[in-house]
Amino acid sequence: MAVTDAKPIVTRRVGTADSWTLKSYLADGGYTGLKKALSMEPAAITQEVLTSNLLGRGGAGFEAGKKWSMLAKPRPAYVVVNGDESEPATFKDHMLLENDPHQIIEGTIICAYAVGAAQAFIFVRGEFALGMERITAALNEAYAHGAVGKDIFGSGFSLDVVIHPGAGAYICGEETALIESLEGKRGFPRIKPPFFPAAVGLYGKPTIVNNVETVSNLPWIVENGGAAFAALGIGRSTGTRIFSLSGHVERPGNYEVEMAKTTFRDLMEDQRLGQGIRNGNKLKAFIPGGASAPWFGPDQVDMALDQDAVGKAGSMLGSGSVVVMDETTCMVRAAWRITRFFHRESCGQCTPCREGSGWIDKVMRRIEEGGGRESDLDLLLDVCDNIAPGLGWPPRQTTICVLGPSIPSSVTSGIRMFRDEFLLHIKEGACPYG
Amino acid sequence: MAEPTDTRPDTVTVSIDGRPVAARPGEMIIAAAERAGVYIPRFCYHPRMRPVGVCRMCLVEVKGPRGFALTPACFVPVSDGQEIVTDSPTVKKAQDGVLEFLLVNHPLDCPVCDKGGECPLQDQTLAFGPGETRFVEEKRHWAKPIPLSPLVLIDRERCIQCDRCTRFADEVAGDPLIEFVGRGDHIEVNTFPDLPFSSYFSGNTVQLCPVGALLSKPYRFKARPWDLEQVESTCTMCSVGCRIAVQSSSNRLTRYLGIDSDPVNHGWLCDQGRYSYDYVNSDQRLAAPLVRKGDELVESSWGEALGMVAKALDSARSVHGPGALAVLGGARLPNEDAYAWAKLAKGVLGTDNVDAQLGDGLPAEVVLGLPRATIDEACSAPAVILLAPDLKEELPVLYLRLREAAQKGVPIVELTPRRTGMSRYAKATLCYRPGEVADLARALMKGTKSDVAGVRAADVSATRSLLAEGAVVVLGRPSVSEPAACVAAAAAELAAIPGVRFLSALRRGNVHGALDMGLAPGVLPGRVALDDARDWYSSSWPTVPAERGLDAEGILHAAAAGRIQALVLLGADPVADFPDHQLARRAVAGAGFVVALDAFLTESARQADVVLPAAAFSERRGTTTNLEGRITSLGQKIVPNGVAWPDWMVAVELAARLGTELGFESTEDIWSEIERVAPSHAGITRDVLADRRSRDGVVAPLAEPAPQGAVPAEAATDTTAGATTDVPGDVDPMSDPGIDAAETQGVPATAVVPDPPTATGPVSDEPRPPLLAFAGEASPVPSAPPDAYSLRLVASRKLYGTGTLVQRTPALAALAKPPCARANPTDLDRLGMGQGGRVRVRTARASFLVDAEPDPGVPRGSVWLAFNSGEPGTDGPGELIDAAQPVTDVRVETP
Amino acid sequence: MARLTPENEKRARELIALYPEARSALMPILHVAQEQDGWLTPDAIAHVADLLGLTAAEVYGTATFYDMFFTHPVGRHLVSVCTNIACLLNGGVELLEHAEKSLGVSPGGTTHDGAFTLEEVECIALCGEAPCLAVNWRFFGSVTPERFDTLMADLRSGALADTVPPHGTLCRVRRSVGLPAAAVEPAPAEPGAARPQSPGTT
Ligand SMILES: Cc1cc2nc3c(=O)[nH]c(=O)nc-3n(C[C@H](O)[C@H](O)[C@H](O)COP(=O)(O)O)c2cc1C
Ligand code: SF4
Ligand code: FES
Repeated sequence: MAVTDAKPIVTRRVGTADSWTLKSYLADGGYTGLKKALSMEPAAITQEVLTSNLLGRGGAGFEAGKKWSMLAKPRPAYVVVNGDESEPATFKDHMLLENDPHQIIEGTIICAYAVGAAQAFIFVRGEFALGMERITAALNEAYAHGAVGKDIFGSGFSLDVVIHPGAGAYICGEETALIESLEGKRGFPRIKPPFFPAAVGLYGKPTIVNNVETVSNLPWIVENGGAAFAALGIGRSTGTRIFSLSGHVERPGNYEVEMAKTTFRDLMEDQRLGQGIRNGNKLKAFIPGGASAPWFGPDQVDMALDQDAVGKAGSMLGSGSVVVMDETTCMVRAAWRITRFFHRESCGQCTPCREGSGWIDKVMRRIEEGGGRESDLDLLLDVCDNIAPGLGWPPRQTTICVLGPSIPSSVTSGIRMFRDEFLLHIKEGACPYG
Repeated sequence: MAEPTDTRPDTVTVSIDGRPVAARPGEMIIAAAERAGVYIPRFCYHPRMRPVGVCRMCLVEVKGPRGFALTPACFVPVSDGQEIVTDSPTVKKAQDGVLEFLLVNHPLDCPVCDKGGECPLQDQTLAFGPGETRFVEEKRHWAKPIPLSPLVLIDRERCIQCDRCTRFADEVAGDPLIEFVGRGDHIEVNTFPDLPFSSYFSGNTVQLCPVGALLSKPYRFKARPWDLEQVESTCTMCSVGCRIAVQSSSNRLTRYLGIDSDPVNHGWLCDQGRYSYDYVNSDQRLAAPLVRKGDELVESSWGEALGMVAKALDSARSVHGPGALAVLGGARLPNEDAYAWAKLAKGVLGTDNVDAQLGDGLPAEVVLGLPRATIDEACSAPAVILLAPDLKEELPVLYLRLREAAQKGVPIVELTPRRTGMSRYAKATLCYRPGEVADLARALMKGTKSDVAGVRAADVSATRSLLAEGAVVVLGRPSVSEPAACVAAAAAELAAIPGVRFLSALRRGNVHGALDMGLAPGVLPGRVALDDARDWYSSSWPTVPAERGLDAEGILHAAAAGRIQALVLLGADPVADFPDHQLARRAVAGAGFVVALDAFLTESARQADVVLPAAAFSERRGTTTNLEGRITSLGQKIVPNGVAWPDWMVAVELAARLGTELGFESTEDIWSEIERVAPSHAGITRDVLADRRSRDGVVAPLAEPAPQGAVPAEAATDTTAGATTDVPGDVDPMSDPGIDAAETQGVPATAVVPDPPTATGPVSDEPRPPLLAFAGEASPVPSAPPDAYSLRLVASRKLYGTGTLVQRTPALAALAKPPCARANPTDLDRLGMGQGGRVRVRTARASFLVDAEPDPGVPRGSVWLAFNSGEPGTDGPGELIDAAQPVTDVRVETP
Repeated sequence: MARLTPENEKRARELIALYPEARSALMPILHVAQEQDGWLTPDAIAHVADLLGLTAAEVYGTATFYDMFFTHPVGRHLVSVCTNIACLLNGGVELLEHAEKSLGVSPGGTTHDGAFTLEEVECIALCGEAPCLAVNWRFFGSVTPERFDTLMADLRSGALADTVPPHGTLCRVRRSVGLPAAAVEPAPAEPGAARPQSPGTT
């Protein structure tokens, strides 16, 4: 395979001058998708999105159209756009918020119109100060332009959009924690049942939660039709998608490529993309979909960026972030750093996650710092097993949300793929990489 | 109704470990399993609170679309055909894993932990826990116990984040003053810095805590659970009648714990009740009889003291007639003691000058004569009218029950002189001008075009619509500075609401039992009128009073005028408790001879000629009757301090010295006579009370007149069973309440007593006299409109005050606040005291300095002082009150 | 160490008006409080509780869940160095060590002059420019030790004052539209005016 010349959709305006202003957005044909949407039946829009088979870009990869169709009857209903992007090594929504806020607002209104929402909230990760300023300014402009608020573009449809700042908690990216947070509470994910916000969400009302990138696709889909989107990619993995490429590549960055037709190798090596492993080093391992995803090895780089293929292979495209680790990487250290992240970010409700994350963090640290014992590896695997029984994929869990079973991913990958390296740390009583 | 009537089938069948089990639709798996005898371990789950499913201890396998999945049994409801596995290796590993995780950061300091020996975490660990720990890393550290409040400490290292205490504070108590602070494994339970967990219900969190994180200051390091002996009893600090376990070690009370009584307290207690055991231990208890020698009270013997009393009673009666004798108090005695004294006073001495209440209650005809409701009936009523004092301050656990009902949708309407703890949950709070409540009640019934008693006509009309489907009226004295007659008249108006029932809100522990037993003028034991029952009683009592006697106020006036030759105080302290302090002082001084039976040397007892040391709560057996008329057993746990006697023995001994045998040798004898002669108690035999099925007590009178019948199976086999033996079956209050208790709501209490038998037939073949009925003749006392310079006094109680029992309980005494005049900000502004400050309060008879505070909850024109604050004789609000005046108007002036 | 100023109380009421339920405004209002004092003072927390009809404990318990809220004073500049996976692979840890040496404080510490508080943060979504950091949540990518020192110097000297506002100031653009009539405030600065260049992308 090779990188196709499919045109980028959501990032096409990134880099153009003042791309975040209404002036620039209108110059590039902004809000025509919304105008068209408002002339359609809401159901027809949902149909287009179903046809496009747009997969959620937040991590779970659930079909957006299908989610909308599951929205429960009671009203009011709400739309919440998830801009809390905190999955380690994911930086696409950050970019979209800073560079194309109008596209997010337009997509949000299309979604709200399609599902008949009373109000929409764009939850922006608190740390994104510039992004917050850009999208707030954009909202002010959009109101003035008649694209938001009362009787949008004279269509009779009215909608208020609220930009809601987060305050620093990874878990608030999880949709039910996000909703709790939006209700002014601690970001504790909600226990199931009920199973989806689409049934019981914000203020106990039916709620659609979609990711920033997901909604950013909507203006294009409405304008060009769901079929045009579905024509890109293969099978269930349709359209283009942003991949956040980071780590040991020459040219890290966000790259929007056609799904399923592009491979991890293309992403890492193509001249228009990653331009290869830095300093011509060899690839040691890579993370295909964010810190929560199990790792892949060099033998898997030719796998396509296809949600189902990656899933079958025992990991996930997740939040679309690919972390490249070359031969100079200490795998114990890498795995420890990721566990430490989950330890710091566990909300603390569930015993296995609250206590297990800290336990694993401490053992990994001990190994990295030279205090490891051989028995630690089995201990780690068993502790992981008590959080994600069976350590299979997709994981089972003893916890409320899937942060729990995400904790083991890096540790078990590390031990599975690099047991000798772990043992070396333990034998030498030190990190061979210094 | 609170909940919509539900149309689901009444059982579904699930399979638990391959065994078919019938379950109630909507109940959680953990509950269905427990009833089927399968105990699923849990920490965060509590059947009286919203499930949260966070501790993950209760994971079981439940079959779903994608096969069996680990599922929290506390959070997932049963559904028909559901397959549940609780004993698979997967379940075992998951549960063991959770337990191990819980111990990761737990200090395992059981040997120095109050909870050691009764700790679910410890028990689980010993039973199933990993032998040796695999966790060798550094544990999380917190400063050792820090105070959350004056009564509760927290050891954050032991906390397992189960969210029980925080849920309780928020959901049950409505005082969200403790919260999770921080995130992840740094979560601690704490208050806002320097803002203590000052909830009247804080002690429940200690009992709820599944580990030793929350600690009771008074109990800390006092005992080890395995040293504690326990008996079931009922708290008598107020009249709600919460069931408790009384625990002691080496004849000293160590703590009370709440028992889950479904119709009453759901396991909750208020802190006043929970910590009151320490007054029994007080070293200020009277340890010997005292007799007056000159102006000295000197220790004496029972023989000498009783001799003096008998002589005084005898000569008073023979020289001046029974009318010269009076008995005040008895509202804190067990039923048996109250009956013994009623029989001595009315049946032997022949006086009807008897009153268990001290001018702060309501006439017996009103309390006993109106159709009565149980707490459950109130909580499921179409509407509840509160014509009562602030329940949060005076009947705290009734407040919890009604608050819960309000949150489930039962509309609450308050008729009150000031906003109360319930106001934020009430649909309507009508603040009336003291003294005019009857007018407001009439307007509520008949409608009004103009404003009434300071309440806007519009508000009255809006409220009327809430009462269309009937109501339960919670009836008490909103303020003791307003005559009982006003409340009685209001009650008479409200009695016209179709299907109305009344739940009494009189405070003192056994005031309802005392009234049942005849300790009030014009009535005889068994809720009968003196005149109706004279013949009935003349066949079993030596004598019966010739005519109706005086109530407390009448008795005090007579005594002050020198017309009472012998005054008996049964655990009563009129000088502190009667609303008009000056009258009470003059009365005690003016009475010819005063004898006080009490556990402490109260203000009134100091003036007495003889003081007899009475046994206290938990030192005596008997029964008590709560505000529903529910009779429960009091357990004796320790032997009386010094030479204290229970009051009934004093009555028996005095009667003997007056040449009459009362005919009892035990409280059991007394109960048998009560059951035989007291019409309202017919059929409630000792066996019935002892029956395991009536462990929640029996509401008198029984549903139908008791047929002659067999003794219930269990009871029959137990011939030693008596009313005062403890309810059989042992409870472990530290474990969760039985799931059943939490689920079978609102069973009529009498349902637990199928065909209650009568021990023996009526003593005479005469027909039993009719039970009291309130005729509704009560005329409100007209009160002059307040003058422009005065504020009308509202005097009601705070939970912690100057009362004897609270003051003799070290942990609580300090919580009482000095007197404070609360008035509407606009009224204080008028005095240029917008921010409050020192003020002088003045009436015709007294004047003193107090702090004033602006309080928007007090309507304009009124001022509220806590009646149980300040010192009698100096700055007690009772100094301001003149019993002869219908209302008390107070000048509030800059000093 | 204050309750909210009248101006900020007005902002708080406007925020409350944006949501179907008042409590939803809790975090936006806490950001206002933190903008006012640089951290969440007890008085401010109590004031916010009053405005929302909550207890101070409820507000405090919620605030402490979130990393961005400080219940103790911090420096004028909060320097947040990322060491998460992408930065780890590109010298983030070394950058943090350099920061500790050069500022003379360890993570969590504040310099004596109160100019800087140093913290180690989780991924701040600038992984394309690792190693990276944020100062008062204005982002700086590809930070070498040298670049770090000049950056701190510029911050001290105030050279970056209009790119990096004092700690607590998050969004300098105010919503100016769609506010319920009751809550509308005088038109704010023209949005563009407050708009800085993206430090991350320069
Ligand atoms: C621990 C955790 C963190 C998450 N973080 C994010 C996030 O930062 N952004 C996001 O859009 N979705 C995140 N998700 C996924 C959301 O729960 C949700 O699936 C998604 O926002 C739905 O939008 P989509 O269908 O458009 O992807 C997270 C999920 C979990 C379990
Ligand atoms: S799994 Fe972890 S993050 Fe998720 S709810 Fe449980 S404790 Fe919170
Ligand atoms: S008891 Fe079910 S999760 Fe705690």
